[in-house]
Amino acid sequence: MPALAATATPNAFRFLLAWRGVLIPLLLLLYLALFTSTLTPLLQSLTPVGAPVIYIRDSFINLIGWHLLLVVLSIAAASLIAITAAILVSRPSGADFLPLARSLANLGQTLPPVAVLALAVPAVGFGSWPALIALFLYGLLPIFENTLAGLSQVRPEIKEAAKGIGMGPMQVLWRVELPLALPVIITGVRLSVIISIGTATIGSTVAAKGLGEVIIAGLLTDNLSFILQGGVIVALMAMLFDALFQRIESCLSLGQNS
Amino acid sequence: MPFRIDRLGLTLAVAVALVLVLLPLLNLQPNRILPGSGVPLGELIAQPGAQRFILLMIPTAILVCLRVHPALKLGLSALSLLVLIYALGSDSDALLAGSSGFARLALGSGFWALLLLLGLMMTDALIKLELGALLRLLLIVGYLAALFALLANGLWDRLSLMLEYHNQPTFWQQGVRHLLLALGSILPALIVGVPLGIRCHRSPRVRAALIPVLSLLQTIPSLAMFGLLMIPLSLLALSFPLLAEFGIRGIGVAPAVLALFLYSLLPIVSNTAAGFDGLDPAVLQAARGMGMSRRQMLWQIELPLALPVMLSGLRIVVTMNIGLVAVAGLIGGGGYGTYIFQGLGQTATDLVLLGTLPTILLAFLAALLIDTLIAMTQREAR
Repeated sequence: MPALAATATPNAFRFLLAWRGVLIPLLLLLYLALFTSTLTPLLQSLTPVGAPVIYIRDSFINLIGWHLLLVVLSIAAASLIAITAAILVSRPSGADFLPLARSLANLGQTLPPVAVLALAVPAVGFGSWPALIALFLYGLLPIFENTLAGLSQVRPEIKEAAKGIGMGPMQVLWRVELPLALPVIITGVRLSVIISIGTATIGSTVAAKGLGEVIIAGLLTDNLSFILQGGVIVALMAMLFDALFQRIESCLSLGQNS
Repeated sequence: MPFRIDRLGLTLAVAVALVLVLLPLLNLQPNRILPGSGVPLGELIAQPGAQRFILLMIPTAILVCLRVHPALKLGLSALSLLVLIYALGSDSDALLAGSSGFARLALGSGFWALLLLLGLMMTDALIKLELGALLRLLLIVGYLAALFALLANGLWDRLSLMLEYHNQPTFWQQGVRHLLLALGSILPALIVGVPLGIRCHRSPRVRAALIPVLSLLQTIPSLAMFGLLMIPLSLLALSFPLLAEFGIRGIGVAPAVLALFLYSLLPIVSNTAAGFDGLDPAVLQAARGMGMSRRQMLWQIELPLALPVMLSGLRIVVTMNIGLVAVAGLIGGGGYGTYIFQGLGQTATDLVLLGTLPTILLAFLAALLIDTLIAMTQREAR
């Protein structure tokens, strides 16, 4: 990882350049969430006469918080389960499960996220729970698939060498296989997070709290201004997380190559 | 030969037993909306159909635990599922006897769990059989056709899912509309995306400029994308009423098709570029040596050899779009999403299922079809 010296201007500049994908959406997001009212004159023409210009039923900071909470909780649980499962089926004792697990991960990704969301409602009712469950289930697949891919691309001679210097199977896993597979695993987590941000938006149709409710309120009352606010904020959030994870990935693979 | 235990099969068989004991196969509901109570296993097992299913399920579960030939496992688990579906239909009259006319018999959590477990058994056996891609496709399509023939014969007409189906006269039209919407945006995306992908392959500068923009588009959540596209489209329709007559409006098909087109570009462009990148330079050299023109090389060598990778991009796009069209139901795009969101609005589980199951099935079949094509083109390319 590049060392950052705050005093050296070229370094600070390089830092800003490398992180611009994260910083630009972050600043825009903060501006929109905190100072939405400054945009009222611009948005006036998109609003039906007499209707509120800015979404008022909840603050954007609150909605962003709820949206993120859903995503973080479900993806944290999904990462834990999916990575554990991928480790288990890639051990010799899990070999019976490997072919089925592989094709399930492949098949499961053809499942539309909205279908998973809709099926969770009869199971647990309306609210944030069906969204949490759908995000969790749908988040499993990319993480599982990428963990398997990452573990299987660790070269056998590296594992042999680790065994040769006296490491036990657990040590080989923790100190060799997982660190080498980490960039690929993080890619899987990134995919899951991006899909989740999108699915959580649709989650507002089943009464989950989040930014989708701004868009849906706009759709229901023909208020284009609401649609614009909700849409832009969600889109910025997805871009922010995509860029953030990509930065983490490139930092990790840089660290590995050097 | 000593019998060895298949751990996966053992896990699945134990799960089947647990599901049968713990979860209801059927729910008896007082009417369409109110949740019902599970039909207890004891009551179900008094029926002839359920007895036949249990009698078949026991040997199936035992054989699945052992390392026997996968064809035997496939046959038995496929037959068990058919018998289960038949039993639920044939027993429904007796189970509904004595209830009011509004009462409905709905598929319970136990049925869905058994469907999943038997599906897993069949998938595992199918993988281990290592059939050719075309034969596998034919087997699956044939089996699904048999299931549909049973349902079309009115087998499940007393169950609430099929009652809901008979309430929706436009079910098949919605299906056609769903497919047209999903595929209709792919053709223009191919016309634009494939040449762009070839450009990306030839010029790193074009690639560096284009791919980040397309990936950025891909991250935008679907509902946000639909909403954001509605704004310019409805402003257009307001200022040019003629456009609105042609369907270019904020609500409905236009934003959906435009959004799907934009989403489709990244997988098509990047997979086309990757397919061309992966071509063997020796083959290209040989073709050039034979005196082929650039155009001949493109059509006769490069495109056919890059086809498998391009097709796997198409697989991503087709399955993604089938799912996204369901979301477009929310903005009046039509298709099975309409049923999903109507069902959610009325808390009618069966209507939700009537929208969800065909969407899943369409996506699954499309993926299977393209997988078969990929396998066939790969064999040809070799």
